Amino acid sequence: MVIRVMRALIARDLQLAARVGGSGALSLVFFLMIVALVPFALGPDLNLLSRIGPAILWLSAVLATLIGLDRLFQADEEDGSLDLMTGAPAPMEMVVLAKVVAHWLTTGLPLALASPLFGLLVALDGTAMGATALTLLVGTPALTFIGAVGAALTASIRRGGLILAVLVLPLMIPTLIFGVSATDAASGGTVPFTTPLAILAALSLIAAVIGTFAAAAALRWSE
Amino acid sequence: MGGVGTGEIEADAAVRGRREEMIDAAGTARNARIDAAPHLRLVPRTMWTRLAHPGHFLRWTGPVMPWLAGLSAVLLAVGLYLTWFVVPPDYQQGETVRIMYIHVPAAWLGVFFYGSMALSAIGTLVWRHPLADVAQRAAAPIGAAFTLICLVTGSLWGKPMWGTYWVWDARLTSMLILFLIYCGIIALWRTIEDPNRAARAIAILTLVGAVNLPIIKFSVNWWSTLHQPASIMRMGGSSIDPSMLYPLLEMILAFTLLGITLHLYAMRTEILRRRVRALTIREAERLDADPRPARPLGQAIRGV
Repeated sequence: MVIRVMRALIARDLQLAARVGGSGALSLVFFLMIVALVPFALGPDLNLLSRIGPAILWLSAVLATLIGLDRLFQADEEDGSLDLMTGAPAPMEMVVLAKVVAHWLTTGLPLALASPLFGLLVALDGTAMGATALTLLVGTPALTFIGAVGAALTASIRRGGLILAVLVLPLMIPTLIFGVSATDAASGGTVPFTTPLAILAALSLIAAVIGTFAAAAALRWSE
Repeated sequence: MGGVGTGEIEADAAVRGRREEMIDAAGTARNARIDAAPHLRLVPRTMWTRLAHPGHFLRWTGPVMPWLAGLSAVLLAVGLYLTWFVVPPDYQQGETVRIMYIHVPAAWLGVFFYGSMALSAIGTLVWRHPLADVAQRAAAPIGAAFTLICLVTGSLWGKPMWGTYWVWDARLTSMLILFLIYCGIIALWRTIEDPNRAARAIAILTLVGAVNLPIIKFSVNWWSTLHQPASIMRMGGSSIDPSMLYPLLEMILAFTLLGITLHLYAMRTEILRRRVRALTIREAERLDADPRPARPLGQAIRGV
Protein backbone atom coordinates (compact mmCIF):
# COMPACT_ATOMS: atom_id res chain seq x y z
CA MET A 1 0.00 0.00 0.00
CA VAL A 2 2.68 2.42 1.08
CA ILE A 3 4.81 1.37 -1.86
CA ARG A 4 1.91 2.03 -4.22
CA VAL A 5 1.42 5.51 -2.79
CA MET A 6 5.11 6.20 -3.19
CA ARG A 7 5.19 4.95 -6.74
CA ALA A 8 2.15 7.02 -7.65
CA LEU A 9 3.72 10.12 -6.11
CA ILE A 10 7.02 9.62 -7.91
CA ALA A 11 5.23 9.07 -11.21
CA ARG A 12 3.14 12.20 -10.64
CA ASP A 13 6.14 14.37 -9.85
CA LEU A 14 8.11 13.04 -12.80
CA GLN A 15 5.16 13.77 -15.09
CA LEU A 16 4.84 17.26 -13.67
CA ALA A 17 8.55 17.87 -14.16
CA ALA A 18 8.38 16.62 -17.73
CA ARG A 19 5.31 18.61 -18.71
CA VAL A 20 5.28 21.83 -16.75
CA GLY A 21 8.25 23.88 -17.74
CA GLY A 22 10.62 20.92 -17.72
CA SER A 23 12.44 21.76 -14.48
CA GLY A 24 14.94 18.94 -15.04
CA ALA A 25 16.12 20.31 -18.38
CA LEU A 26 16.12 23.82 -16.99
CA SER A 27 18.42 23.01 -14.08
CA LEU A 28 20.76 21.34 -16.58
CA VAL A 29 20.83 24.55 -18.58
CA PHE A 30 21.53 26.49 -15.38
CA PHE A 31 24.37 24.07 -14.59
CA LEU A 32 25.84 24.64 -18.04
CA MET A 33 25.40 28.38 -17.60
CA ILE A 34 27.50 28.53 -14.44
CA VAL A 35 30.18 26.25 -15.86
CA ALA A 36 30.32 28.53 -18.89
CA LEU A 37 30.52 31.68 -16.76
CA VAL A 38 33.59 30.60 -14.80
CA PRO A 39 36.11 30.85 -17.68
CA PHE A 40 34.88 34.39 -18.32
CA ALA A 41 35.75 35.28 -14.74
CA LEU A 42 39.06 33.41 -14.58
CA GLY A 43 40.35 33.71 -18.12
CA PRO A 44 40.60 30.91 -20.69
CA ASP A 45 43.73 29.30 -19.21
CA LEU A 46 43.11 25.57 -19.75
CA ASN A 47 45.70 24.44 -17.17
CA LEU A 48 44.09 26.48 -14.43
CA LEU A 49 40.61 25.39 -15.51
CA SER A 50 41.47 21.72 -15.52
CA ARG A 51 43.00 22.06 -12.06
CA ILE A 52 39.90 23.65 -10.54
CA GLY A 53 37.44 21.95 -12.91
CA PRO A 54 36.00 19.49 -10.36
CA ALA A 55 35.45 22.34 -7.92
CA ILE A 56 33.61 24.34 -10.59
CA LEU A 57 31.39 21.37 -11.46
CA TRP A 58 30.60 20.69 -7.81
CA LEU A 59 29.83 24.31 -7.03
CA SER A 60 27.57 24.50 -10.07
CA ALA A 61 25.84 21.31 -8.95
CA VAL A 62 25.17 22.77 -5.49
CA LEU A 63 23.69 25.93 -7.00
CA ALA A 64 21.68 24.04 -9.60
CA THR A 65 20.22 21.78 -6.91
CA LEU A 66 19.21 24.86 -4.96
CA ILE A 67 17.31 26.35 -7.89
CA GLY A 68 14.30 24.07 -8.02
CA LEU A 69 14.17 23.32 -4.30
CA ASP A 70 11.93 26.15 -3.15
CA ARG A 71 9.08 24.75 -5.24
CA LEU A 72 9.53 21.19 -3.93
CA PHE A 73 6.73 21.42 -1.37
CA GLN A 74 5.53 24.96 -1.97
CA ALA A 75 3.68 24.18 -5.20
CA ASP A 76 1.77 21.39 -3.45
CA GLU A 77 1.13 23.57 -0.44
CA GLU A 78 -0.41 26.26 -2.65
CA ASP A 79 -2.75 24.10 -4.70
CA GLY A 80 -3.79 22.01 -1.72
CA SER A 81 -2.37 18.69 -2.84
CA LEU A 82 -0.12 18.66 0.23
CA ASP A 83 -3.22 18.45 2.43
CA LEU A 84 -4.38 15.44 0.43
CA MET A 85 -0.96 13.83 0.84
CA THR A 86 -1.10 14.45 4.59
CA GLY A 87 -4.40 12.64 4.67
CA ALA A 88 -3.17 9.79 2.47
CA PRO A 89 -2.85 6.36 4.08
CA ALA A 90 0.93 6.61 4.02
CA PRO A 91 3.16 8.21 6.63
CA MET A 92 4.40 11.71 5.86
CA GLU A 93 7.98 10.40 5.78
CA MET A 94 7.09 8.23 2.77
CA VAL A 95 5.52 11.18 0.99
CA VAL A 96 8.65 13.23 1.59
CA LEU A 97 10.87 10.36 0.46
CA ALA A 98 8.88 9.94 -2.75
CA LYS A 99 8.98 13.65 -3.54
CA VAL A 100 12.69 13.92 -2.82
CA VAL A 101 13.47 10.88 -4.96
CA ALA A 102 11.45 12.36 -7.81
CA HIS A 103 13.26 15.67 -7.39
CA TRP A 104 16.64 13.97 -7.41
CA LEU A 105 15.70 11.99 -10.54
CA THR A 106 14.94 15.26 -12.32
CA THR A 107 17.89 17.34 -11.06
CA GLY A 108 20.69 15.40 -9.35
CA LEU A 109 20.78 12.45 -11.72
CA PRO A 110 20.80 14.51 -14.95
CA LEU A 111 23.54 16.70 -13.48
CA ALA A 112 25.70 13.68 -12.67
CA LEU A 113 25.10 12.12 -16.07
CA ALA A 114 25.82 15.35 -17.96
CA SER A 115 28.89 16.29 -15.92
CA PRO A 116 31.43 14.40 -18.14
CA LEU A 117 30.13 16.41 -21.08
CA PHE A 118 30.47 19.68 -19.19
CA GLY A 119 33.85 18.52 -17.95
CA LEU A 120 35.06 18.94 -21.55
CA LEU A 121 34.45 22.67 -21.22
CA VAL A 122 36.85 22.93 -18.29
CA ALA A 123 39.41 20.61 -19.89
CA LEU A 124 39.11 17.66 -17.50
CA ASP A 125 40.92 14.47 -18.49
CA GLY A 126 39.22 11.07 -18.57
CA THR A 127 39.90 10.03 -14.98
CA ALA A 128 38.81 13.32 -13.51
CA MET A 129 35.67 13.27 -15.66
CA GLY A 130 34.69 9.82 -14.48
CA ALA A 131 35.52 10.67 -10.89
CA THR A 132 33.44 13.85 -11.00
CA ALA A 133 30.47 12.01 -12.46
CA LEU A 134 30.77 9.27 -9.84
CA THR A 135 31.10 11.69 -6.91
CA LEU A 136 28.16 13.72 -8.17
CA LEU A 137 26.12 10.54 -8.47
CA VAL A 138 26.98 9.58 -4.89
CA GLY A 139 26.88 13.07 -3.41
CA THR A 140 23.91 14.87 -4.98
CA PRO A 141 21.34 12.83 -2.96
CA ALA A 142 22.83 14.41 0.17
CA LEU A 143 22.32 17.87 -1.35
CA THR A 144 18.71 17.11 -2.25
CA PHE A 145 17.85 15.61 1.14
CA ILE A 146 19.41 18.49 3.07
CA GLY A 147 17.65 20.90 0.76
CA ALA A 148 14.35 19.11 1.38
CA VAL A 149 14.51 20.11 5.06
CA GLY A 150 14.85 23.75 4.08
CA ALA A 151 12.12 23.37 1.45
CA ALA A 152 9.75 21.89 4.03
CA LEU A 153 10.52 24.63 6.55
CA THR A 154 9.90 27.37 4.01
CA ALA A 155 6.96 25.70 2.22
CA SER A 156 4.39 28.15 3.49
CA ILE A 157 6.60 31.23 3.30
CA ARG A 158 6.04 33.39 0.27
CA ARG A 159 9.30 34.20 -1.49
CA GLY A 160 11.09 31.59 0.57
CA GLY A 161 13.81 31.01 -2.01
CA LEU A 162 16.41 33.31 -0.50
CA ILE A 163 15.91 32.17 3.09
CA LEU A 164 15.98 28.56 1.88
CA ALA A 165 19.47 29.13 0.47
CA VAL A 166 20.64 30.80 3.69
CA LEU A 167 19.34 27.92 5.80
CA VAL A 168 20.59 25.10 3.66
CA LEU A 169 23.96 26.15 2.24
CA PRO A 170 25.97 25.90 5.50
CA LEU A 171 24.71 22.34 5.95
CA MET A 172 25.88 21.44 2.44
CA ILE A 173 29.51 22.32 3.17
CA PRO A 174 30.60 18.79 4.21
CA THR A 175 29.19 17.31 1.00
CA LEU A 176 31.02 19.92 -1.05
CA ILE A 177 34.28 19.30 0.80
CA PHE A 178 34.22 15.56 0.32
CA GLY A 179 32.86 15.72 -3.22
CA VAL A 180 35.71 17.91 -4.39
CA SER A 181 38.39 16.15 -2.35
CA ALA A 182 37.30 12.74 -3.70
CA THR A 183 37.58 14.05 -7.24
CA ASP A 184 40.99 15.55 -6.50
CA ALA A 185 42.10 12.27 -4.95
CA ALA A 186 41.16 10.40 -8.13
CA SER A 187 43.51 12.50 -10.24
CA GLY A 188 46.56 12.04 -8.04
CA GLY A 189 46.31 13.11 -4.44
CA THR A 190 47.69 12.06 -1.08
CA VAL A 191 44.60 10.08 -0.04
CA PRO A 192 43.18 7.04 -1.84
CA PHE A 193 40.05 7.80 -3.89
CA THR A 194 37.80 5.43 -1.96
CA THR A 195 38.21 7.12 1.45
CA PRO A 196 36.51 10.43 0.64
CA LEU A 197 34.10 8.61 -1.64
CA ALA A 198 33.01 6.33 1.22
CA ILE A 199 32.56 9.35 3.49
CA LEU A 200 30.56 11.05 0.75
CA ALA A 201 28.30 8.01 0.51
CA ALA A 202 27.94 8.02 4.30
CA LEU A 203 26.96 11.71 4.18
CA SER A 204 24.29 10.89 1.62
CA LEU A 205 22.88 8.10 3.79
CA ILE A 206 22.89 10.25 6.94
CA ALA A 207 21.26 13.10 5.03
CA ALA A 208 18.61 10.67 3.72
CA VAL A 209 17.62 9.68 7.26
CA ILE A 210 17.80 13.13 8.86
CA GLY A 211 16.34 14.90 5.84
CA THR A 212 13.34 12.60 5.50
CA PHE A 213 12.36 12.74 9.15
CA ALA A 214 13.07 16.43 9.64
CA ALA A 215 11.24 17.47 6.46
CA ALA A 216 8.23 15.31 7.37
CA ALA A 217 8.16 16.79 10.86
CA ALA A 218 8.43 20.30 9.46
CA LEU A 219 5.53 19.73 7.04
CA ARG A 220 3.38 18.18 9.73
CA TRP A 221 4.00 21.00 12.15
CA SER A 222 3.64 23.84 9.71
CA GLU A 223 -0.16 23.57 9.78
CA MET B 1 4.13 15.37 17.50
CA GLY B 2 6.72 12.84 16.47
CA GLY B 3 8.97 13.04 19.50
CA VAL B 4 9.82 10.28 21.89
CA GLY B 5 6.98 7.97 22.85
CA THR B 6 4.28 9.66 20.84
CA GLY B 7 3.91 6.99 18.20
CA GLU B 8 0.41 5.85 19.05
CA ILE B 9 -0.95 9.36 19.32
CA GLU B 10 0.56 9.98 15.91
CA ALA B 11 -1.06 6.93 14.34
CA ASP B 12 -4.38 7.81 15.90
CA ALA B 13 -4.18 11.33 14.59
CA ALA B 14 -3.45 10.07 11.11
CA VAL B 15 -6.78 8.25 11.12
CA ARG B 16 -8.76 11.16 12.50
CA GLY B 17 -7.28 13.53 9.99
CA ARG B 18 -4.29 15.57 10.91
CA ARG B 19 -5.86 18.95 10.40
CA GLU B 20 -8.18 18.76 13.37
CA GLU B 21 -5.41 17.29 15.44
CA MET B 22 -3.17 20.21 14.65
CA ILE B 23 -5.79 22.85 15.34
CA ASP B 24 -6.57 21.07 18.58
CA ALA B 25 -2.93 20.79 19.48
CA ALA B 26 -2.17 24.39 18.69
CA GLY B 27 -4.87 25.63 21.01
CA THR B 28 -5.23 25.46 24.74
CA ALA B 29 -6.53 21.88 24.59
CA ARG B 30 -2.88 20.82 24.39
CA ASN B 31 -2.47 20.42 28.11
CA ALA B 32 -5.74 18.54 28.44
CA ARG B 33 -4.48 16.00 25.94
CA ILE B 34 -1.29 15.52 27.86
CA ASP B 35 -3.31 15.06 31.04
CA ALA B 36 -5.40 12.42 29.29
CA ALA B 37 -2.26 10.50 28.39
CA PRO B 38 -0.13 10.52 31.51
CA HIS B 39 2.69 8.59 29.89
CA LEU B 40 3.41 11.68 27.84
CA ARG B 41 4.19 13.66 30.90
CA LEU B 42 7.81 12.71 31.10
CA VAL B 43 8.50 15.57 33.47
CA PRO B 44 6.49 15.23 36.65
CA ARG B 45 4.80 18.26 38.09
CA THR B 46 7.60 19.32 40.32
CA MET B 47 9.20 22.50 41.46
CA TRP B 48 10.86 22.75 38.05
CA THR B 49 7.59 22.75 36.08
CA ARG B 50 6.22 25.39 38.42
CA LEU B 51 9.29 27.55 37.94
CA ALA B 52 9.07 27.11 34.19
CA HIS B 53 5.51 28.40 33.91
CA PRO B 54 5.83 31.70 32.00
CA GLY B 55 3.93 33.73 34.60
CA HIS B 56 5.89 32.26 37.48
CA PHE B 57 9.05 32.71 35.46
CA LEU B 58 8.41 36.45 35.17
CA ARG B 59 7.72 36.62 38.90
CA TRP B 60 10.74 34.74 40.18
CA THR B 61 13.22 36.17 37.71
CA GLY B 62 12.16 39.75 38.49
CA PRO B 63 13.96 40.03 41.85
CA VAL B 64 16.84 37.81 40.71
CA MET B 65 17.80 39.94 37.71
CA PRO B 66 19.51 42.88 39.50
CA TRP B 67 21.60 40.46 41.56
CA LEU B 68 22.64 38.48 38.50
CA ALA B 69 23.43 41.65 36.57
CA GLY B 70 25.43 43.06 39.49
CA LEU B 71 27.35 39.86 40.04
CA SER B 72 28.26 39.51 36.38
CA ALA B 73 29.31 43.18 36.26
CA VAL B 74 31.61 42.66 39.27
CA LEU B 75 33.08 39.45 37.85
CA LEU B 76 33.57 41.10 34.50
CA ALA B 77 35.30 44.11 36.10
CA VAL B 78 37.62 41.82 38.07
CA GLY B 79 38.32 39.77 34.96
CA LEU B 80 39.09 42.83 32.85
CA TYR B 81 41.34 44.22 35.59
CA LEU B 82 43.25 40.93 35.68
CA THR B 83 43.44 40.88 31.91
CA TRP B 84 44.77 44.40 31.55
CA PHE B 85 46.99 44.85 34.59
CA VAL B 86 47.87 41.53 36.20
CA VAL B 87 48.39 38.99 33.45
CA PRO B 88 52.00 38.99 32.19
CA PRO B 89 52.51 39.49 28.45
CA ASP B 90 53.29 36.28 26.62
CA TYR B 91 56.95 35.67 25.78
CA GLN B 92 56.05 35.09 22.12
CA GLN B 93 52.80 36.91 21.54
CA GLY B 94 53.50 39.95 23.67
CA GLU B 95 50.58 42.12 24.66
CA THR B 96 48.25 40.65 22.03
CA VAL B 97 47.73 37.62 24.24
CA ARG B 98 45.25 39.75 26.20
CA ILE B 99 42.80 39.42 23.31
CA MET B 100 42.55 35.75 24.24
CA TYR B 101 40.71 36.63 27.45
CA ILE B 102 37.80 37.97 25.41
CA HIS B 103 38.18 35.58 22.50
CA VAL B 104 38.05 32.23 24.31
CA PRO B 105 35.03 33.02 26.54
CA ALA B 106 33.16 34.40 23.50
CA ALA B 107 33.88 31.22 21.55
CA TRP B 108 32.68 29.13 24.48
CA LEU B 109 29.45 31.12 24.74
CA GLY B 110 28.84 30.90 21.01
CA VAL B 111 28.86 27.13 21.31
CA PHE B 112 27.10 27.16 24.71
CA PHE B 113 24.10 29.06 23.35
CA TYR B 114 23.78 26.71 20.41
CA GLY B 115 23.71 23.84 22.89
CA SER B 116 21.08 25.55 24.99
CA MET B 117 19.05 26.24 21.85
CA ALA B 118 19.20 22.57 20.94
CA LEU B 119 18.02 21.59 24.44
CA SER B 120 15.20 24.13 24.25
CA ALA B 121 14.32 22.75 20.81
CA ILE B 122 13.82 19.33 22.37
CA GLY B 123 11.63 21.01 24.99
CA THR B 124 9.61 22.65 22.22
CA LEU B 125 9.14 19.49 20.17
CA VAL B 126 8.64 16.90 22.92
CA TRP B 127 6.82 18.82 25.64
CA ARG B 128 5.66 21.81 23.60
CA HIS B 129 6.63 23.98 26.49
CA PRO B 130 6.01 27.68 25.81
CA LEU B 131 9.02 28.69 27.88
CA ALA B 132 11.22 26.44 25.72
CA ASP B 133 10.02 28.40 22.66
CA VAL B 134 10.89 31.61 24.42
CA ALA B 135 14.31 30.36 25.56
CA GLN B 136 15.09 29.19 22.04
CA ARG B 137 14.15 32.48 20.48
CA ALA B 138 16.01 34.58 23.04
CA ALA B 139 19.20 32.54 22.75
CA ALA B 140 19.70 32.94 18.98
CA PRO B 141 20.76 36.62 18.75
CA ILE B 142 22.92 36.38 21.90
CA GLY B 143 24.73 33.31 20.62
CA ALA B 144 25.21 34.96 17.23
CA ALA B 145 26.61 38.07 18.90
CA PHE B 146 29.15 36.09 20.95
CA THR B 147 30.16 34.09 17.87
CA LEU B 148 30.69 37.36 16.02
CA ILE B 149 32.77 38.73 18.93
CA CYS B 150 34.85 35.56 18.77
CA LEU B 151 35.39 35.97 15.02
CA VAL B 152 36.25 39.67 15.24
CA THR B 153 38.66 39.30 18.17
CA GLY B 154 40.19 36.27 16.48
CA SER B 155 40.90 38.19 13.30
CA LEU B 156 42.24 41.19 15.27
CA TRP B 157 44.59 38.79 17.02
CA GLY B 158 45.46 37.14 13.71
CA LYS B 159 46.68 40.36 12.11
CA PRO B 160 49.81 40.80 14.29
CA MET B 161 50.30 37.04 14.76
CA TRP B 162 49.67 35.57 11.32
CA GLY B 163 50.06 38.80 9.33
CA THR B 164 46.52 38.62 7.99
CA TYR B 165 43.03 39.20 9.29
CA TRP B 166 41.66 35.96 8.02
CA VAL B 167 43.12 32.49 7.62
CA TRP B 168 41.09 29.51 6.41
CA ASP B 169 42.05 27.65 9.52
CA ALA B 170 39.79 24.81 10.63
CA ARG B 171 38.68 26.46 13.87
CA LEU B 172 38.05 29.87 12.33
CA THR B 173 36.11 28.29 9.51
CA SER B 174 33.95 26.23 11.85
CA MET B 175 33.11 29.33 13.88
CA LEU B 176 32.22 31.18 10.67
CA ILE B 177 29.87 28.36 9.67
CA LEU B 178 28.33 28.41 13.15
CA PHE B 179 27.73 32.13 12.71
CA LEU B 180 26.09 31.51 9.32
CA ILE B 181 23.80 28.89 10.86
CA TYR B 182 22.86 31.37 13.59
CA CYS B 183 22.05 33.90 10.87
CA GLY B 184 19.78 31.41 9.12
CA ILE B 185 17.95 30.65 12.37
CA ILE B 186 17.44 34.33 13.17
CA ALA B 187 16.25 34.96 9.61
CA LEU B 188 13.69 32.16 9.90
CA TRP B 189 12.47 33.56 13.23
CA ARG B 190 11.84 36.88 11.56
CA THR B 191 10.09 35.32 8.58
CA ILE B 192 7.41 33.16 10.21
CA GLU B 193 4.89 35.39 11.88
CA ASP B 194 3.00 32.98 14.14
CA PRO B 195 5.31 32.38 17.14
CA ASN B 196 4.11 28.81 17.80
CA ARG B 197 4.67 27.69 14.23
CA ALA B 198 7.98 29.52 14.11
CA ALA B 199 9.15 27.82 17.30
CA ARG B 200 8.44 24.35 15.93
CA ALA B 201 10.02 25.06 12.55
CA ILE B 202 13.13 26.51 14.17
CA ALA B 203 13.34 23.68 16.67
CA ILE B 204 13.59 21.26 13.76
CA LEU B 205 16.19 23.42 12.03
CA THR B 206 18.19 23.79 15.26
CA LEU B 207 18.26 20.04 15.84
CA VAL B 208 19.23 19.32 12.23
CA GLY B 209 21.99 21.87 12.69
CA ALA B 210 23.05 20.28 15.98
CA VAL B 211 23.42 16.89 14.29
CA ASN B 212 25.31 18.49 11.43
CA LEU B 213 27.69 20.63 13.47
CA PRO B 214 30.00 17.73 14.47
CA ILE B 215 29.97 16.55 10.84
CA ILE B 216 30.82 20.05 9.64
CA LYS B 217 33.56 20.35 12.25
CA PHE B 218 35.04 17.02 11.18
CA SER B 219 34.88 17.83 7.47
CA VAL B 220 36.42 21.25 7.96
CA ASN B 221 39.28 19.67 9.93
CA TRP B 222 39.83 17.16 7.13
CA TRP B 223 39.62 19.90 4.52
CA SER B 224 42.06 22.18 6.28
CA THR B 225 44.68 19.46 6.77
CA LEU B 226 44.23 18.57 3.11
CA HIS B 227 44.76 22.11 1.88
CA GLN B 228 47.29 23.55 4.26
CA PRO B 229 49.76 21.46 6.20
CA ALA B 230 50.03 22.67 9.77
CA SER B 231 51.86 25.91 9.26
CA ILE B 232 49.92 27.95 11.75
CA MET B 233 51.21 28.64 15.16
CA ARG B 234 48.80 27.28 17.71
CA MET B 235 48.06 28.55 21.16
CA GLY B 236 49.84 26.25 23.59
CA GLY B 237 46.85 24.07 24.35
CA SER B 238 48.88 21.60 26.35
CA SER B 239 50.07 23.76 29.20
CA ILE B 240 49.02 27.26 30.11
CA ASP B 241 50.86 28.84 32.98
CA PRO B 242 48.64 29.28 36.08
CA SER B 243 49.26 33.04 35.95
CA MET B 244 47.33 33.02 32.66
CA LEU B 245 44.99 30.09 33.30
CA TYR B 246 43.21 31.46 36.38
CA PRO B 247 42.37 34.85 34.85
CA LEU B 248 41.11 32.99 31.79
CA LEU B 249 38.87 30.77 33.91
CA GLU B 250 37.65 33.85 35.76
CA MET B 251 36.78 35.53 32.46
CA ILE B 252 34.99 32.42 31.24
CA LEU B 253 32.93 32.40 34.43
CA ALA B 254 32.16 36.13 34.09
CA PHE B 255 31.16 35.77 30.45
CA THR B 256 28.96 32.76 31.19
CA LEU B 257 27.17 34.68 33.91
CA LEU B 258 26.83 37.68 31.62
CA GLY B 259 25.41 35.45 28.89
CA ILE B 260 22.89 33.87 31.24
CA THR B 261 21.83 37.30 32.53
CA LEU B 262 21.34 38.60 28.99
CA HIS B 263 19.45 35.44 28.10
CA LEU B 264 17.05 35.79 31.04
CA TYR B 265 16.47 39.46 30.19
CA ALA B 266 15.77 38.54 26.56
CA MET B 267 13.40 35.78 27.68
CA ARG B 268 11.47 38.20 29.90
CA THR B 269 11.20 40.67 27.03
CA GLU B 270 10.02 37.91 24.70
CA ILE B 271 7.31 36.75 27.13
CA LEU B 272 6.05 40.32 27.47
CA ARG B 273 6.17 40.76 23.69
CA ARG B 274 4.02 37.66 23.26
CA ARG B 275 1.54 38.92 25.82
CA VAL B 276 1.23 42.20 23.94
CA ARG B 277 0.70 40.25 20.74
CA ALA B 278 -1.98 38.03 22.32
CA LEU B 279 -3.74 41.05 23.81
CA THR B 280 -3.68 42.85 20.46
CA ILE B 281 -5.21 39.85 18.75
CA ARG B 282 -7.85 39.47 21.44
CA GLU B 283 -8.69 43.14 21.18
CA ALA B 284 -9.08 42.82 17.43
CA GLU B 285 -11.29 39.77 17.84
CA ARG B 286 -13.43 41.54 20.42
CA LEU B 287 -13.93 44.47 18.10
CA ASP B 288 -14.61 42.08 15.28
CA ALA B 289 -17.28 40.23 17.23
CA ASP B 290 -19.06 43.50 18.01
CA PRO B 291 -22.81 43.02 17.52
CA ARG B 292 -23.17 46.15 15.40
CA PRO B 293 -23.89 44.79 11.92
CA ALA B 294 -21.93 45.05 8.67
CA ARG B 295 -18.71 46.42 10.05
CA PRO B 296 -15.74 45.95 7.75
CA LEU B 297 -12.88 43.99 9.24
CA GLY B 298 -10.35 46.71 8.55
CA GLN B 299 -12.24 49.22 10.63
CA ALA B 300 -12.60 46.74 13.45
CA ILE B 301 -8.89 46.14 13.67
CA ARG B 302 -8.11 49.81 13.61
CA GLY B 303 -10.63 50.24 16.37
CA VAL B 304 -12.60 52.94 14.54
